[in-house]
Amino acid sequence: MLYPRVIPCLLVHNKGLVKTVNFKNAKYVGDPINAVKIFNEKEADELMVLDIDATTDKREPNYRMIEHLAQECRMPLCYGGGIKNARQAKRVFSLGVEKIALSSAIVYKPELIAEIASEVGSQSVVAVLDVKRKLFGGYDVFIENGSKKAKINLEKFLVEMNAQGVGEIVINSIDKDGCMEGYDLDLIDKIKPLVKVPLTVLGGAGSYEDISTLVERYGIIGAAAGSLFVFKGKYRAVLISYPEPSIKTNLFKTVMEKS
Amino acid sequence: MIAIVDYGVGNIKAFVNIYKSFNVPCVVASSKANLEGISKLILPGVGSFDHAMLSLQNSGMKEALDELVLEKEVPVLGICVGMQMLAKSSEEGARPGLGWIDGIVKGFNSSTIKGNPLPHMGWNSLDVAQDSYLFEGLDSVPRFYFLHSYYFDCNSSADVLATASYGDRFACVVNYKNIYGIQCHPEKSHHNGAKLLRNFGEL
Repeated sequence: MLYPRVIPCLLVHNKGLVKTVNFKNAKYVGDPINAVKIFNEKEADELMVLDIDATTDKREPNYRMIEHLAQECRMPLCYGGGIKNARQAKRVFSLGVEKIALSSAIVYKPELIAEIASEVGSQSVVAVLDVKRKLFGGYDVFIENGSKKAKINLEKFLVEMNAQGVGEIVINSIDKDGCMEGYDLDLIDKIKPLVKVPLTVLGGAGSYEDISTLVERYGIIGAAAGSLFVFKGKYRAVLISYPEPSIKTNLFKTVMEKS
Repeated sequence: MIAIVDYGVGNIKAFVNIYKSFNVPCVVASSKANLEGISKLILPGVGSFDHAMLSLQNSGMKEALDELVLEKEVPVLGICVGMQMLAKSSEEGARPGLGWIDGIVKGFNSSTIKGNPLPHMGWNSLDVAQDSYLFEGLDSVPRFYFLHSYYFDCNSSADVLATASYGDRFACVVNYKNIYGIQCHPEKSHHNGAKLLRNFGEL
């Protein structure tokens, strides 16, 4: 029996971990390696680490940091940030990362998915799409850490991603980022039928109930969150947390009973 | 001494770290010379089948491994694509596999896995089909991390130690004589995975 995935998403900025609100106001929350150690202890399902500076600073991924993270990480690791071509993807992969996340680069060049998949296998290629609600319905895709609107249609692009052989789609809501008021369910309703590979949603989770709402509605899905796992209380004190196995089992009870 | 076979594919350091945490001595073998006097082998693997087979061929270790495993009967554990490489061939690629266990690697059939998306990604429970020391001390329904679209189809069910279900039921731990393979990632499966690797070290 397959279980839904509950995934902490960590953002790297100036070599530290940060958490943003609507992709802005990065607040320092700690050291990446230390966070990985804590999530090891808590037996997190997976970890996603996104370097939010690499693409905007026009630099390569920080291979040394990735290597350290991968060595420390006792759970599957997905890395994203600054990967522009197959050579870089292969190098990141060789450092011991299970999955490679691509975002800005594939908007410019969707074929990059197929190119990288042929080397590392489709299952390890992840497309991360940062989206923002349009004023009058629908969604725009943003690139370069939310700073630039991509000239693509979200639905068409998802179909293209399937055709290129992507292994997973991560949909990240810029509007909900850091708000901790729940996921954008309208967004997920809209895209879920178009995604033929495992789907992970990010942006908005503020409580474990938000995760169980998601799983009840969509079944097996990846539930990723940043703030939820790094802040505690309404004053957002930094405290890394992750649900205990028994809590997780309870969250998914209804879904698991159905399957 | 356990050797982690480093042919440029797979997360070598993750295995080293796990054995280090148990104070079990292990070495990273990246050349034929490193394989001398080895009593256990871990064969990791990620990526595409052909790429992994080609990399192993290019490492210059393939013949030495054949000899260790088939003649000296050194226990070997193939992991993920490393497990698939134990087969004769794979639908994912054109290169021949090692052929150490009788079977071929097949792609999941999207029409029989009951609407589940591919790849099979995430934590799934492992159902033991045959007792093995590998499973000693694991949770009663142990969960492991999977990330794959192809699976090992054994010719003989006697070679299947455990299965998992993803719409279809498939072999996820296989064994023939001294040769073991596991489809999921024990190095990324927290306490159950670490225990399984430790058990392999004690075989």
